[in-house]
Amino acid sequence: MAKILSSSKEAVRLIQDGMTIMVGGFGVCGFPENLVHALAEQGSKDLTLISNNGTVDGFGNGRLIANRQIKKLYASYIGENKALEEQFIKNELAVELVPQGTLAERIRAGGAGIPAFFTPTGYGTLVAEGKETRIYDGKGYVLETAFKADVSIIKAYKADTMGNLVYRSTARNFNPMMATAGKITIVEVEEIVEPGQLNPEEVVTPCIYVNYIVKGEHYERRIEKRTNRPTNR
Amino acid sequence: MSDALKKERIARRIAKELKDGYFVNLGIGIPTMVANYLPEGISVILQSENGLLGIGPYPLPGEEHCDLINAGKETVTAIAGASFFSSADSFAMIRGGHIDATILGAMEVSETGDIANYLIPGKLVKGMGGAMDLVAASRNVIVAMMHTDKHGSSKVLPACTLPLTGTACVKKIVSDIAVMDVTSEGLLLLETAEGVSIDDVMKATAAKLRVADNCREFAF
Repeated sequence: MAKILSSSKEAVRLIQDGMTIMVGGFGVCGFPENLVHALAEQGSKDLTLISNNGTVDGFGNGRLIANRQIKKLYASYIGENKALEEQFIKNELAVELVPQGTLAERIRAGGAGIPAFFTPTGYGTLVAEGKETRIYDGKGYVLETAFKADVSIIKAYKADTMGNLVYRSTARNFNPMMATAGKITIVEVEEIVEPGQLNPEEVVTPCIYVNYIVKGEHYERRIEKRTNRPTNR
Repeated sequence: MSDALKKERIARRIAKELKDGYFVNLGIGIPTMVANYLPEGISVILQSENGLLGIGPYPLPGEEHCDLINAGKETVTAIAGASFFSSADSFAMIRGGHIDATILGAMEVSETGDIANYLIPGKLVKGMGGAMDLVAASRNVIVAMMHTDKHGSSKVLPACTLPLTGTACVKKIVSDIAVMDVTSEGLLLLETAEGVSIDDVMKATAAKLRVADNCREFAF
């Protein structure tokens, strides 16, 4: 059963130099900002990071990258982060671009005991270079291997004290798969409730995948692109 | 005509490709505008690959929520009947062929339907995001783009020069001057835009382009 820790700072002590970590979120949405910022402060080095984005300069993964804590990054999209783009172009940071659906499935597979799978994504492109390919029913597929992490750091909306999790809106994204693919999974949440207070029909991540829970100290509720419709329509 | 008007023309024309009840994934840029021009009586359900089926309009000022965004990271709303799911579920939906149409931008498209839109080596490195998954599996990939680049060079080529996002996947190209189908015998010109002759399109296109027997000039 999951254990509740008193702070993000305490939680990230589980992360050591050289580890492979997964970090949830789609850009800054559903991103475990308290844990990652505590990790930036802790300064752990030579990390391999699996996360959908580089996030933005000065926030989230952007801080880990600016601190040069990351040795290798697996991500599907690294725009919106100048430091990352520069380090990548100058070969100072190893980045492997992974198609977003392949990234999600490699993580899902890692947590589900599937070592590899064939996907149509990337067939005939740079992504397929050096990988086994196969034709099924006349269509080409690429063999992709599973991802696992020493520690997964994720964000959920609420946890009960056992570690069952629910998410809010599109803040779910990569968090549920990453919860399953970490040897250790640490979740930060906005609220911790008692067992029975989450509807079992609505639990997205069952507690079996969660090792540690932290109540996030501060949420900036950052929005990357605030977009509105006109009020007169 | 300004670029903004040209882009609007592309979005307006693509909207006519969508049928009532379609599940559609719209890329960033011109594709996002398509939703504004759906013909009367046509309603489609928009999928956002970050985990939302049923994107609604942009929120009113003050009603934005940091947890509710589209794949372009813009704040959005969810329609009545919307659902949320994980990225793995979202791409199962995409790769599984459940999306009726995918509309996305491109830097280059080849006459065999290859598309390049994510990487200029040594220059622009942003990543493919979900584009490779979308083009690998959608039954109906429509490209929305300007026909030529900033320097006036054709973006419709015999073969792409940039790293590919997908091979032989584009079904239709709608540019600011033409509508073209990708067929097993190459590109077929179906329509030209208002004020643009077939000859103008041929001159602006580097790829081999056949003119359909029933090609309509000044059609959109």
